[in-house]
Amino acid sequence: MKQRERLGLILVAATLLVLPFVLAEIGTAWVRIANLAILFVFLSLGLNIVVGMAGLLDLGYVAFYAVGAYPWALLASPHFGLHLPFWVILPLGALLAGLAGAVLGAPTLRLRGDYLAIVTLGFGEIVRIFMNNLSAPFNITNGPKGITRIDGLSIGPFSFTSTDTFLGLSFSGPIKYYYVLLLLLLVIIVVNLRLADSRIGRAWVAIREDELAAKACGIDTRNVKLLAFAMGASFGGIAGGMFAAMQGFVSPESFVLNESIMILAMVVLGGMGNVWGVIAGALLLSFVPELLRYTVEPLQKALLGRLVIEPEVLRMLLFGAALVLSMRYRPAGLWPESRHRREMKERLA
Amino acid sequence: MTVLLEARGVAKKFGGVQALKDVSLSIRQGEIYGLIGPNGAGKTTFFNVLTGLYAKDAGEILFEGRPLDLASPHAVAAAGIARTFQNIRLFGNMTALENVMVGRHVRTRAGVFGAIFRTRREREEEAAIRRRALELLHYVGIAPRAQELARHLSYGDQRRLEIARALATEPKLLALDEPAAGMNATETAALRELILGLKADGLTVLLIEHDVKLVMGLCDRVAVLDYGEKIAEDVPEVVQRDPKVIEAYLGGSLG
Repeated sequence: MKQRERLGLILVAATLLVLPFVLAEIGTAWVRIANLAILFVFLSLGLNIVVGMAGLLDLGYVAFYAVGAYPWALLASPHFGLHLPFWVILPLGALLAGLAGAVLGAPTLRLRGDYLAIVTLGFGEIVRIFMNNLSAPFNITNGPKGITRIDGLSIGPFSFTSTDTFLGLSFSGPIKYYYVLLLLLLVIIVVNLRLADSRIGRAWVAIREDELAAKACGIDTRNVKLLAFAMGASFGGIAGGMFAAMQGFVSPESFVLNESIMILAMVVLGGMGNVWGVIAGALLLSFVPELLRYTVEPLQKALLGRLVIEPEVLRMLLFGAALVLSMRYRPAGLWPESRHRREMKERLA
Repeated sequence: MTVLLEARGVAKKFGGVQALKDVSLSIRQGEIYGLIGPNGAGKTTFFNVLTGLYAKDAGEILFEGRPLDLASPHAVAAAGIARTFQNIRLFGNMTALENVMVGRHVRTRAGVFGAIFRTRREREEEAAIRRRALELLHYVGIAPRAQELARHLSYGDQRRLEIARALATEPKLLALDEPAAGMNATETAALRELILGLKADGLTVLLIEHDVKLVMGLCDRVAVLDYGEKIAEDVPEVVQRDPKVIEAYLGGSLG
């Protein structure tokens, strides 16, 4: 068994390492899609701490993505003429996002469920509107036009934006980002798994299960909840920084409510509280829509001779259907946390 | 015997209802102290004030001779008072073992960085938490259930698990809110043994209970609340014969 596990791990690792070159054969766009999918895994894992473990429903999570993206955009672009290195701005973005998480957490400590959802939803919108309007009287964010020509990631003289040839293989910008993101992903997964199985992780789950009993057990629920908000938010901040670097362009458009809902859907569809389930959910909801985008139009033209249903319409239709079906048949998500799964089974029995 | 907990003139009002009126009582080190009274007499209210869930209107509570910080329940737990709930409150979707491990929270320190970097200190602490939690499950007699979800345990086992979780906080005073409620005779007898064992191990126990027989047989001293006021406090034999207590329980003048 142990050996089989090891073999499986090696296989997965090999697949992940070769994947960008296979994708690049189909089209560079697919490497970019894979990169964005990994960013969404970051975001979902961050939100999973808040919603899945601590049970605090957050509908404005994308705000932390923005709070991570804007420091990079502002401090490494011609906008202010600043070009700070990544090791300053990436941690700064994570820190600011974590701080924003605590700022959101502090006034909402007494809220739960629906009420918390409404406040966090408002918070998400406030952040986006701020970014939209901080262009006058001092132009900080350049408003809805966004910030362009953002520096890519570079470590010393090594730039992740240009194409390099190494050992006869051509490493394009997106492929290089892929490997950086993969490495970061590995770190974030390990952090998540370790947190889940620790004193703090247990305290989060205890609060989700019964806040009053958690207090009586000596858990300072205020601090522990703030910690959940801050930790979850800082994951979003890292994703935001990488997003700004990869895209080279950031505007408030990227941080709308829809994104928050999408990230939440990834967490719920995958299986709240379970790190692997959440990853599966994020990958599924990132790849399937893109797959549709590239197949639906040619397929319809080939079969029917014309475009009957727009890919975008079909995408939302299928997304809705997937959510309805999963609520009906897999209410705890595709790959639920074991305790969730057992609970749901019981409830449906 | 030294006094462990002393309440002086504690009062609590809910709107127009005086739930606790000038309640003073003292619990001595190492005894089993019973708090009884008819329904709505204020027993659970006293518990909730004592454990920081309700803010009291007046009076003070001294614990080990010092005023107890009642501002937050977790501070009360840290000071050394652990409680169980009348309607069992477990972490249903965690295993029995994890429930007790949560109880260790207040006596352990590992934070986010310890958890992420798995420092030696953190690993040792985690192992100690697990070890102690298993010991406590053994102590209350549900070790074979350690890996089962708390919600799947039988009623009696859930009561035991709640006590184990409370013990995990290393209390000096264990406050049990109607632990025998809903138990059959066998379970009640086993609970009695468990509580006597706790006393033998040097713990002080505050017991709220409806089962008068259990209280009278188990407690060293008993206080009786009626309409938020303490009407008696003494050894069970004396309290049982107190006319005020009989009146409170049987309701009015029997002649």
